[in-house]
Amino acid sequence: MGIKGMKREEFGDNESLDLLNESGSNVLLTTIDDVINWGRKNSLWPLTFATSCCGIEMMATGAPKHDFARFGMEVYRASPRQADVIVVAGTIVNKMAPVLKRLYDEMAEPKYVVAMGACAISGGPFFLNSYCVVKGVEHVIPVDVYVPGCPPRPEALLYGMLQLQRLIETQTMKSRKARNTSHDSK
Amino acid sequence: MEEKVKSIAPDEQQEYVVNMGPQHPSTHGVLRLVVSLKGEIVKNIEPHIGYIHRGIEKMCESITYPQIIHLTDRMDYLSAHINNEAVCLNVEKALQIDIPDRIKVIRTIMSELTRIQSHQLWWASFGMDLGGLTCFFYGLRDREKILDIFEETCGGRMLVSYNCPGGVMYDIHPNFQKRVKEFIKYFRKILPEYDQLLSGNVIFHERSKGIGKLSLEDAISYGITGPSGRASGFSCDVRKHEPYSAYDRITFKEILFTEGDTFSRYTARIDEMWESMNIIEQLIDNIPEGPFAVKMKPIIKLPEGEYYQRVETARGELGVYIISDGNKNPYRVKFRSPNFVNLSVLNHIAKGFKIADLVAIGGSLDLVIPDIDR
Amino acid sequence: MDKIQLGEFIKSIDKDLEIKEGNQYIEVAVPPSKLYLLAKELRDNNKAQFDFLFCLSGVDWGQDIGVVYHLRSTIHNHSIVLKTRTSDREFPHFDSVSDIWKTADFHEREAFDLLGIRFTNHPDLRRLFLDNSWGYPLRKDYVDDINIVSK
Repeated sequence: MGIKGMKREEFGDNESLDLLNESGSNVLLTTIDDVINWGRKNSLWPLTFATSCCGIEMMATGAPKHDFARFGMEVYRASPRQADVIVVAGTIVNKMAPVLKRLYDEMAEPKYVVAMGACAISGGPFFLNSYCVVKGVEHVIPVDVYVPGCPPRPEALLYGMLQLQRLIETQTMKSRKARNTSHDSK
Repeated sequence: MEEKVKSIAPDEQQEYVVNMGPQHPSTHGVLRLVVSLKGEIVKNIEPHIGYIHRGIEKMCESITYPQIIHLTDRMDYLSAHINNEAVCLNVEKALQIDIPDRIKVIRTIMSELTRIQSHQLWWASFGMDLGGLTCFFYGLRDREKILDIFEETCGGRMLVSYNCPGGVMYDIHPNFQKRVKEFIKYFRKILPEYDQLLSGNVIFHERSKGIGKLSLEDAISYGITGPSGRASGFSCDVRKHEPYSAYDRITFKEILFTEGDTFSRYTARIDEMWESMNIIEQLIDNIPEGPFAVKMKPIIKLPEGEYYQRVETARGELGVYIISDGNKNPYRVKFRSPNFVNLSVLNHIAKGFKIADLVAIGGSLDLVIPDIDR
Repeated sequence: MDKIQLGEFIKSIDKDLEIKEGNQYIEVAVPPSKLYLLAKELRDNNKAQFDFLFCLSGVDWGQDIGVVYHLRSTIHNHSIVLKTRTSDREFPHFDSVSDIWKTADFHEREAFDLLGIRFTNHPDLRRLFLDNSWGYPLRKDYVDDINIVSK
């Protein structure tokens, strides 16, 4: 059956997203919303950003066995101006944090962030007694989806990207505007 | 007014500094190269590293010896098993424990599978850097077969942590021998096809023959080991000079070339894959019976002193230097990583070539950046 | 040459050097003033020919700070360990061997970065991993209350 054939109810306990979906709105605006969201979620292009071991698992997700491209993440863009989502795969250290912030600022709206791996979520195995590891990438940029694992299996990363697609599906014009202005860099 | 305007004659070029920044598709990680160019010719390269420096050596001073193994996994993650083996061998040597044969043979088979898997990923990304995206898909497709074998026995795909001081964590799966033999039969048929994809291609020959020559004296002086050093004629294979685990009971060839350019580094790695398959075939049928781990004390304390262990990873010689003062945490751990040394020669061999050749040279040196920064 | 012959060879170069038999290799304790000449002799002498420096580590011994050199000869297949130390913790400095073995270039920069050991005559001594305002993390008296739990 595969992941795409799963019913929404079996997908997990993200009930807040479902409540958002049921709240309802003007018929014309919801149709436009649906079309925009459908276009956005089915062609998310990631940025080539991998610092350490999770990067290899991200490459393995793009490899023929667990193919990334069948969900729309067709090409990896090297330039942040052309990318939609940044998958932070690997540990972020103090020297790399300003670079990551700059890459994030250079991306154009709408942009999303997936924190992949234990190191990006909370510092991972380097949490204790390391003098220069940033303990979680959310100290630097706002995160949408967390994918746990060290390194996460390719199937886990695919599940995380599908959750991101669900998140995009439930956005309306109002919530999108609120999201975009809430994390402007000061 | 006219004297204030400086005019540059057409044939006098100025040096232009380009930053191949930490985020770049072809630097294989977070390596920043500040390249000064004259036209398209490279004049000087300055690597800036430290973008993934996690302080592993300092962390090792506050954790116990079995916990160090999980950190060494994440240094050079493509030879994770061999890194673990280095620390385990060092601890076992210090405690003077005799390891049964079964463990040695299992460790050797896993090391050679790791070597093949690492070279497959190298081949995939080298081809992709030069522009042949097909290599990426072919290489990673077959690497999945080895990762399936690892997952069945060790539980992890790439970062296995299968070794522990005194042996291995679990016994091998009953399917292990069958799957390894199937894989070798399959890979023997398909490796010539891969090799032909790049080495039968005239564009690849033009881009790699004569590019980035490294002489034998420079290889020894800079300390370049591994396939990059052996392609220049430096006989440095630790498996031959100081055999460990089961390497003293098998026969294999050490791959040496003399030209030292990108093409011979490429061919050295392809030939190493053939040799690894030969080694596995010699061992896979006769795995001796016995225990899979020796009983150790719950808290491991090494006697006071200094211990050094060298192993051959897929990229060169890894050295683990442990200074112990008798406690359960080491006093100082130093990892002599092969990629750190291999990076230092990049400036020397890429001078005078074009910037597109720099990508080919960097790819043929096979750098993994977290191993440089530790 | 085996360990005993190496010991006699070192004594023949300089009688005053202390030689200790370690677990694996023979260890020579060298005062900082004699380091460069001994290193050059070890590389150039025909009986020794130590042309492969395979590890250079900075160590903080508690009271002293020192450097440990692991050398190997690719021609004669023997290895030796050189150790130097100084008790000057404010400004530890040794002679650089980067013109004898070119691999020492990067290794000495790393020792400078993490321990603060300076090497005279080094072509380009700059910090490698960390930036200039950081302390020297690998020293035993490095204090970082936020990140490091000290026992």
